[in-house]
Amino acid sequence: MANQQPTSGNPRVDIEYRRKKSAEEMRYQVITFALMIFLTLVSFVAVGYGEFSGWFIVPFILLLAVVQVIFQLYYFMHMSHKGHEAPQIFLYSGAFIGAATVLAFMTVIWW
Amino acid sequence: MQAEEKFTYETWPASPEKATLEAKNKFLGFWLFLGGETVLFASLFATYLALKDKVPNAEQALAKDLFELPLVFVMTMLLLTSSLTSVYAMYHMKNYDFKKMQLWLGITVLLGLSFLGFEIYEFNHYVHEFHHTFSSSAFGSAFYTLVGFHGAHVALGLLWITTLMVRNAKRGLSLYNAPKFYLASLYWHFIDVVWVFIFTVVYLMGMVG
Repeated sequence: MANQQPTSGNPRVDIEYRRKKSAEEMRYQVITFALMIFLTLVSFVAVGYGEFSGWFIVPFILLLAVVQVIFQLYYFMHMSHKGHEAPQIFLYSGAFIGAATVLAFMTVIWW
Repeated sequence: MQAEEKFTYETWPASPEKATLEAKNKFLGFWLFLGGETVLFASLFATYLALKDKVPNAEQALAKDLFELPLVFVMTMLLLTSSLTSVYAMYHMKNYDFKKMQLWLGITVLLGLSFLGFEIYEFNHYVHEFHHTFSSSAFGSAFYTLVGFHGAHVALGLLWITTLMVRNAKRGLSLYNAPKFYLASLYWHFIDVVWVFIFTVVYLMGMVG
């Protein structure tokens, strides 16, 4: 179980275990950060290069943004840990309503 | 566990942000708030997308005339890095290291402040160089509402984190304030989540046309 206090009955062992766990988690977060920087660079370079057509580049950079946000939510905001069922419901409901709003505004407003 | 109890590294719980009933409630309530914030920002994005480049005459600047990639890139790096530094702060919070947590939160605040400085420069530049204002066009209103709302969130986040740091400077970590620090850092990450969509949808897609 990620990030929960283990109960070996020996406090010394538990501390060691926790220290190792959180060092490991920190390493994942640094890797996540490197990946997010990389995705950002790819988006900026793809647009700055200026040779790709809009039909390709817009879905491409939107996809990179979604991937980056998933990293942020699941690693930086710890949504990958147990006990985040309610946050997932709240966030995904919000994202669903949000997507419907964007779709509606973009199709209904025409001037 | 008592909220005001004094802890040591050995007795500090593994999930201090959810160790008391009050903390559990705060955690749940804050995520509900973030779900609501998602809807709020989505409606501002929807408005922006519908009104992008809708200007009354040909003299008004469009998105591709206004935006400059280097400035947006620097702002993005500042905010992304500040997200990592607040992760470091929470790492030290979980290890019951109050001083290091304060240090990393301080670095987060400095990065956030410089982001805000660049944003103020940017808005000032658009207003004076391009006469792109809040009331010059539908595009202007939608742009400043969306990006300005995000900027206001950054300012509020800075105020929140700074207040927590000052208020608890002499208290050290307890189960009373650990959840507060944790939620402030969640809020800070959420601000970065919104910025990822802003730099993609507003700036990069604006440059594409």
